[in-house]
Order: sequence, then structure tokens, then C-alpha cells
Amino acid sequence: MPSELVIKDLRVKVADSDLEVLKGVNLTVRQGEIHALMGPNGSGKSTLAYAIMGHPHYEVTEGDILLDGESILELEPNERARKGLFLAFQYPVAVPGVSMSNFLRTAVSNIRGYTDKPAVGDKPGVIGSNLMPMKEFRAELLQKMDEFHVDRSFARRYLNEGFSGGEKKRVEILQMAMLQPKIAIMDETDSGLDIDALRIVADGVNKLAGPNLGILLITHYQRILNYVKPHFVHVFYNGRVVMSGGPELAATLEEKGYQWVKQQFDEPALVTA
Amino acid sequence: MATATDREALAGIKEEYQYGFAMPEEYVFKARKGLDHEIIDQISDMKREPAWMREFRHRSLDIFLSKPMPTWGADLSGIDFDDIYYYIKPTEKQGKSWDEIPESIKTTFDRLGIPEAERKFLAGVGAQYESEVVYHSLQEQWKRQGVIFLDTDTGLKEHEDIFKEYFGTVIPPSDNKFAALNSAVWSGGSFVYVPKGVHVDIPLQAYFRINAQNMGQFERTLIIVEEGASVHYVEGCTAPIYASDSLHSAVVEIIVKKNGRCRYTTIQNWSTDVYNLVTKRAVAYEGATMEWIDGNLGSKVTMKYPAVYMLGPRAHGEILSIAFAGRGQHQDAGGKVIHGAPYTSSKIISKSISKNGGRASYRGLLKVAKGAVGSKSTVVCDALLLDDQSRSDTYPYIEIDEQDVQVGHEASVSKVNEEQLFYLMSRGLSEEEATTMIVSGFIEPMVKELPMEYAVEMNRLIQLQMEGTIG
Repeated sequence: MPSELVIKDLRVKVADSDLEVLKGVNLTVRQGEIHALMGPNGSGKSTLAYAIMGHPHYEVTEGDILLDGESILELEPNERARKGLFLAFQYPVAVPGVSMSNFLRTAVSNIRGYTDKPAVGDKPGVIGSNLMPMKEFRAELLQKMDEFHVDRSFARRYLNEGFSGGEKKRVEILQMAMLQPKIAIMDETDSGLDIDALRIVADGVNKLAGPNLGILLITHYQRILNYVKPHFVHVFYNGRVVMSGGPELAATLEEKGYQWVKQQFDEPALVTA
Repeated sequence: MATATDREALAGIKEEYQYGFAMPEEYVFKARKGLDHEIIDQISDMKREPAWMREFRHRSLDIFLSKPMPTWGADLSGIDFDDIYYYIKPTEKQGKSWDEIPESIKTTFDRLGIPEAERKFLAGVGAQYESEVVYHSLQEQWKRQGVIFLDTDTGLKEHEDIFKEYFGTVIPPSDNKFAALNSAVWSGGSFVYVPKGVHVDIPLQAYFRINAQNMGQFERTLIIVEEGASVHYVEGCTAPIYASDSLHSAVVEIIVKKNGRCRYTTIQNWSTDVYNLVTKRAVAYEGATMEWIDGNLGSKVTMKYPAVYMLGPRAHGEILSIAFAGRGQHQDAGGKVIHGAPYTSSKIISKSISKNGGRASYRGLLKVAKGAVGSKSTVVCDALLLDDQSRSDTYPYIEIDEQDVQVGHEASVSKVNEEQLFYLMSRGLSEEEATTMIVSGFIEPMVKELPMEYAVEMNRLIQLQMEGTIG
């Protein structure tokens, strides 16, 4: 059975405020499917991405998020990651002083369960000895760096520190390749990229796509869809999915613009205002 | 005077200190508790010292007794000078067996990955270790180059002329109360002499590499780097040190001559009942470079401000100070740079981490004397607070008596960044792992300056310190 992420009547507000951002989202993403979620700025797309991953800044007030039939709302972000979710950030965060290789080894070791078992018998071993063996990890990392066009020197660089926009996005794809999620949410992965960088990133997404990966590709623009072919397209507006369809919906949207959506789905209150 | 309640509290902290350990008490000679001129004579007798050193000790004791306790820094009211052994001569033989060492200590060694041979030495169950062989072959090589690397007592015996020329010249007993105390009762420490033009390319490591005499409550180190020579000296160890008394007061004097270079690295991890009050100062002459790398993780109270006096043109001083203050700890650390000649330059970088109500203070002095034209200095202080109970303070003192200088000072206090935490957790790291990783990254500028094996242990130590912090 393919894994399945189900978002059900999801309502989300900004924590410690009354500001409701998601107003009843319904969406299902299965392993092997590529979904594009398109919407104008400020429609709540990134909030959806954060809420799925469990950002403490957002609070679910109603509805549910289920992975393979089980609610994940009570899980910490790291527990969600271990269940097979991945979020490619719109703005990947720099962590100074932490080398990418050190970070990724710890991440992979958690996701793949190395950190669950004590090193020797029931005694805790040398700190770090419960991580994926260095040699194995290194071989896999270097191979994937080559495959996803990330220069090998980045292994020793500090995570996202001083990376260009394109480098950050490529490293997000690299992380995704290393962590092998079941469902990946890609938040505006195409934003801020020039055409060459966009191609490399799209190429990476296509390499990873396949029967074992479901992708929710969140985007403002249609242009990444020239390179990544979605099976489903959803239009997101005012905190909800307002239209769903096949690839043709993206084309219509491109042609008519978000104005067309706004006219149809603006809340009456907003129209009269 | 410590009250009974204070002592109980200290005992509680000691019990809580899971990494500390007690060395079995087995001594040839132990002076009685407390300090007076009779004790000084006993120490000098035991050491069979020259008369001038005995004189120096007596004079220093008078200075110690006449000086009031400093009140401008950390709270020192818990120190009871009458309840301390000022001199203990360690046994030559080690009689205990490894089986007698508590399981908790062995576990700590396991977790830090301390090599088998060194553990036994650290736990006080054997002075024989493999590195001794390595050390002896190095000793031969240094001898050929004219490098002297001895414990200070032996240094005085075997090289009295050089010793006498420099000893007490950088930090006179009158400098401060604790320098006076050390001058009166010092024992152990290292004596290093690097002749003109000689580069010692392997770091000299004071900890296990010489012998137990190096580890003292009142050790005294003297390093002389002649013209164009260079040396890197490493002191301390990531493995926790249990002290038999709760006061550690060391003095380190360094002289770096024209175009010489010296780097002095410290990792301090005393158990959390120790008052660690240390005076460290270097003089750097024309074109010379002095670097202090100072990491303070342990102790109850640390007051330590490594200093560089730049006394010749183009001398350069650097201080990289890292402090980690946990429950019940006050790390009052920083540095002093004195620009006493033209075109001298200096840099102070201070990083502190406070958690579980710990307190880290940066205290620094930047002084530029009249006539030190064209001098430059930068001071950067960053503090990381891991919770709302912890505290960080900055006390920068700046005295500039010259117009033609460039001086910069930056300070920041931050908390663990929520977005960094979320990013790392979204990749499968637990909150504790993520926080630890952010903390490790924060002190990486220091760790990357350490010799490899120290860097690895230091990172593990930070992880060990962070265990149980969250949740």
C-alpha cells in the first residue's frame, strides 16, 4: 500500500493570536504522485507547509493531518520526519559552525534508526558512536552530491551559511535525497532562482520522483511546471483549496491569472469592503 | 568563612557532579590545613629550594595576607582559606586498582572516548601509559634543539639561572591577592624554554604528558619564547578533574621575544565545587604574537582574564575565550590587551553559553597607552542564553590615551533561534540534539583552533553537558 498524507478540514491559526490562516483545507497526497499547489502570495501556502511539519508558531484548531491513517498532530517535527515527511524550505535556515556533513550524518542516523539502539550492550558508548558509520555515510553523501550537482566542498561548509539562493535549494534537494522521505512538501522551491538554477533543481526533483515518493510542490509561478510534470494541480486561495484538476488547470491559471480565481472565490465580505 | 549550610550545599553540588571523581588519598607528605609562615618553610624544606625562592614565598605570603578580597567580580565569600591544604606531595607509587573506580566515572570516560591508557592515569590508578614512550622520544628531540619542557619544580632545580631571570617578572606577587597566594605556595606547573629560532611543531601538552606534578591546586607555569621561536602549549583536558580542595589558583607567565610566537590553549573542566581563580599574562615584544585560547566549562566560580601586554612595535595579541555556565556556575572570564607600543594590534573574541540558571560574564580591558600610534583593536562578545533563568553580563573597560588608533567593540546576546531549531528538527533531530548542535556551532570558532584529539573530545563534552537539558 502506498503511503498517504491526508489533510482533512484543516483549520490553523497563528499561535497566541486570533489570526486564522488556513480555513478548512482538504488534500490527499499519495506516494508516487506529484501535486502542484498554486496560489497567490498571502493565501496561506507556506502556513500549510509549516503546519504539516509541525512548526510551533502555528496552531491547529480544527481538522486533522493523517499519515497512513494516523493523526500526526501530536508529534514533534522530528517525529514527523521519522515517519517519512520532509519539508524543503522556501528559506533554508543557516546554522553557523555546523558542517553540512555533521548535520546530515546526525539527521540520517535519526531517520534511519541508527540512534535508537545503544552502541554496545545496554551501556551508552562513546558519544557519536550510535551514528551511521562514517565511512558508509561519506560514500553515500559524496555519491549523492555528485548526482545532485552539489560541489563536494560543501560537505565541510557550515549549513546554508553564505550559500547563494540556488545553492541553498540544491542542498535542500540533496538532503531530501539522503533522507528518502515518503512524502515531501516543497515550499516555493523555485522562488528566487534564475533559469539555470531552476533547471538543476527541477532535474533533482524529477530524479527523486517515482513510486516511492509523493510530492506536494507549492509554487506561486507556473514556470517550474515547465520542467516538473504534476499529476494533479490545486489552486489555493484564502486558506483553502478552491479548485483541483489535472495539468490543464495550471495552463488555465497561467492564461487567466490569479485575478480569475479572486473574482470567483473572494469572500463576500471582502468584495463589499 | 563558609557556613555549615554552604558546605552542605557544596557537598550537594559535588554529589550532583556526575563527571567528577576523587583521587584516592595516599600521600607521602601533607601539610596541615591553613596558611602561615611555618607552612611556607615546610614547603620550601620539602622542595629543598634555594634561599631566594623561600624568601620570595615569605614575601608573597605577607602580600597575600595584607590584601583584601576582591569584591568587583564573582562572589568569593564561599572560600575558607583556613580549610585548605596548601601543600600535598603526591606519592610516587600508585596503589589503587581500576576495579575500585566507580562505574559512573568509567561511563563518563566511555562516553568521552578517553583512550584506555590515559583513563587509568586520569583516575589515579596508574602512572604508566603508552604516551609516555612517545613523550620520551619527543623529549630527546627537544633536548637536541635546546628546548626545555619540565615541571616547574624540576625547572627551578635544573635551570635556576634562566628561571630566576624571568620568574615573577610578568606577574609580581603584588599583582593581586590570588597571584600573591600562588607565589607563596606554588607547586608544579610547567617550565618551558624555547631557544632563538626554534619552532616546536608539536603542541606541548601539559596534562598527561609529563606527570602528576603538573596537576596542582597552585600550579605555576613559566614560558619563555626567544627571538623568532614558536610554541603551542596545551593545558587541561576535557575529562573532568576532581580537586581535593575547592580552590585552584594558578599563575601563568609568558615572555615572547622579538618575532616569536606563542599560543596557549586551555580547556578547563574542574568539578563544580571549585573556585578557579587564575592569573595569566604574557608580554609580547617587537613583532611577536601571543594567542590565548581559553575554554572554561567546569568549576563553581571562574575568574580568569588572560592578558597580553604588547611592549614592542607591531606586536599582536589575540584572546579567544569560551565560557559554558550551567547550574550553580559563574564563569567570569574575558581578557586584557594593553597596547604599549606603536602599530600593535589585538583581537578579543568572547563567546559564552548559559543554561539552567548559570551565569557567564565577559570582563575585558582594552588599554592603549600614549604613544602607541597606529594601534588597532577589535572586541567581539557573543552570549547565548539557553533559558530564561540564565544570565549573561558584559563589562568592557576601555582606556584610550592615544588619538591615532582604531578600536571596535561589538556585543550581542541571543537565545537559541527558533527557526534554526525547527529546521534541524524537521530533519529528524530531537530538540536536545538540535539545541546541542546549535551550541556546538556557536563555539566552533574555538574548537577548530584545538589540536584534533582535543577538538573531538571537546565536542563530545559539550554533548555530555547538554544531555538532559531539554524536557
